[in-house]
Amino acid sequence: MHGRIRTWGPGALVLLPTVLLLGYFVYGLIAWSFNTSLTDRHTARRGPADYVGFENYVNLFGEDRFLNSLKNLGVLTVAFIVGTLIFGLLWALLLEKGVTGEGIFRSIFLFPMAISMIASGVVWSWLLNPSQGDEARGLNRLFSIVGLNFLENAWWTAGSRWTTMLSIALPAIWQLSGYIMALFLAGFRGIPPELREAARVDGASEFKLYRHVLFPQLSPIALSALIILGHMSLKLFDLIYAITGPNQFRTEVPAIYMWNTLLSNDQAKAAGIAIVLLAVVAVLVIPYVAYTVRQESNE
Amino acid sequence: MRGGLSKTVAVLGAAGLLAVSACGNSDDGGGGGDAAATKDVTVFTWWADGGEKAGLDGMVSVFNTECKDYKFVNSAVAGGAGSNAKQVLANDLAAGKPPSTFQAHAGAELSDYINAGQVDDVSGLYKEFGLDKAFPQNLIDNLTVDGKIYSIPANVHRANVTWTNPTVLKKAGLDATKAPASVDAWMADMDKLKAAGVKAPLAISKGFAQEMLVEVVLLAELGPDKFTNLWKGESWDGADVTAALEKYKKLLTYTNADREAIDWPDALQYLNKGQAGYFVMGDWVAAQQLADKVPDTAYTYWPSPGTAGNFQYLSDSFTLPTDGQNPDGAKCWLKVTGSAEGQKAFNTKKGSIPARSDAQPADYPKYQQSAMADWKKDKIVPSCAHGAACTLGQNNNILSAISQFSGSQNVAQLQKALGDAMKKS
Repeated sequence: MHGRIRTWGPGALVLLPTVLLLGYFVYGLIAWSFNTSLTDRHTARRGPADYVGFENYVNLFGEDRFLNSLKNLGVLTVAFIVGTLIFGLLWALLLEKGVTGEGIFRSIFLFPMAISMIASGVVWSWLLNPSQGDEARGLNRLFSIVGLNFLENAWWTAGSRWTTMLSIALPAIWQLSGYIMALFLAGFRGIPPELREAARVDGASEFKLYRHVLFPQLSPIALSALIILGHMSLKLFDLIYAITGPNQFRTEVPAIYMWNTLLSNDQAKAAGIAIVLLAVVAVLVIPYVAYTVRQESNE
Repeated sequence: MRGGLSKTVAVLGAAGLLAVSACGNSDDGGGGGDAAATKDVTVFTWWADGGEKAGLDGMVSVFNTECKDYKFVNSAVAGGAGSNAKQVLANDLAAGKPPSTFQAHAGAELSDYINAGQVDDVSGLYKEFGLDKAFPQNLIDNLTVDGKIYSIPANVHRANVTWTNPTVLKKAGLDATKAPASVDAWMADMDKLKAAGVKAPLAISKGFAQEMLVEVVLLAELGPDKFTNLWKGESWDGADVTAALEKYKKLLTYTNADREAIDWPDALQYLNKGQAGYFVMGDWVAAQQLADKVPDTAYTYWPSPGTAGNFQYLSDSFTLPTDGQNPDGAKCWLKVTGSAEGQKAFNTKKGSIPARSDAQPADYPKYQQSAMADWKKDKIVPSCAHGAACTLGQNNNILSAISQFSGSQNVAQLQKALGDAMKKS
């Protein structure tokens, strides 16, 4: 008996604080939010509230504003993931070929990630000024200076949902591409040089070398990158808030809508939005976690 | 999931820090609870700098002489025009630790606190301090909810003001001292300005500035009674509302293209630099122009076209929180807030006008003198954008609908969204 405690006892003791803290601050509060979302707590009044079942969720999904925010989020996530993966992979490929001054380029590409999103968001809100022609400012001004006037556009303030959310994705892509580059670059560096040599000896072209030898080895990294980017995009708040401000219908995503709702003291509705957002993130993250756990137990 | 643990610990650490800082804040707000605390009057505001802070300081100096038994404790939260402060206040109230008194926009915005049972009826104090005689009856009617009043206004701002640049208007031969008689006449003037080479005669910024323009158009087209009733549950479906919103749509064609991307001080600069001829914004512009040292010959102002004779008000007021710290001290603060001396000390510095009708205009700068004259004789109507007519939730939905309209230009959609917003509390 003593022997057994000695095996699992210390481990359990070390884990206990984490389990307690996680249990309370993460899972306990998720349960609390879910509970709130089932009530009619639409004011800041304290004391008991009545349970109304899933009424808040039914109302949310019957509301233009909420459906609009979900669609915005979907478009943003696709644009952001595709854009970041393309640029990240491109830069990794360029650096992987061994350019002079690789360290400098690597730092330049990585630096945007060091800036807080709220700060870069403020600057991007100036850069994405929709004025055109003589009054053009920000990026539009830059376009007109270098003679690319046809590129001037209204950014997120006009046009379809795609043009709107692409303009919002642009700063996020700029900020995160360097990180994805670092991931892929590490992946390339982790592939033993013998594999390349063997492929070359067998007469593989450069394209075939990448297509059949190198890229397959990067697929776990690509998957991680996808998950990281996906959940970042779903939770994105600060960047959008800094660029467009609160209550901006065109660019609103559920995280911002939740914040606005909470500020007007509608606690039940805000909790409902938070739970929907959690469910959306869970759809992305849980399969990945399950997959990773299975991989690790196989090893 | 390697490395997940350290991340978790870091996140929990951050959460812990937040919790600690939140506690620290409530302690400041709630008073220490020892013997000295009975003398402390914690006053919660978002007046942390500039003219607002100077105004608050002025009121505090009156408080210090009038209420010698009590000690003023400043509990101001800076930033975001009150949005940060409202968060902190909501936390303190939810935790059952209200300050002695807190700042809130007078009118419908208070209903969140009233519905939550967080503020007490102060109509007894109105009689005790003689405020029911000192404030215009019109204002008292606007403040009364089901026969009760829940706050004492410290000041009054006017929302339906149009600011002009006379130099720009001269280009089209327009007289900057005279307001056009109606919205239609105003748009005719703007056509002249466009013909004279002013591309965007009407400066505007994002969010509440557009809401204010919607409001002055509705007020001009529907008249004060219908306008006021729209915020009190009357239907928004009428053809007259549609017609007014169509005029708002046309007005937007005279505005700057980057309206969704700039804030009101930027739009004011468009006016001052001569890129625009008109700007609709509340009378805090006067204080801003004073602070920016813009000479008062460089701009004129009048009630927005078609709204002359109406004073669209918004007001900062103080409340008596339920179960607040030191209610007697808080009542002394409220007495100072409503008194002629307290309102003078506050408003001459903040750039607003006193809510009392018996104030001396000679004590105030030029703009305020004209506003005070209007305050006495005009019909008083509320403003939604600044909390007098709408709750925070209603205002959020209205802002969202207006930002949607800025892109979609769909009047029917806007009209329905505005009506829906006012149906919800």
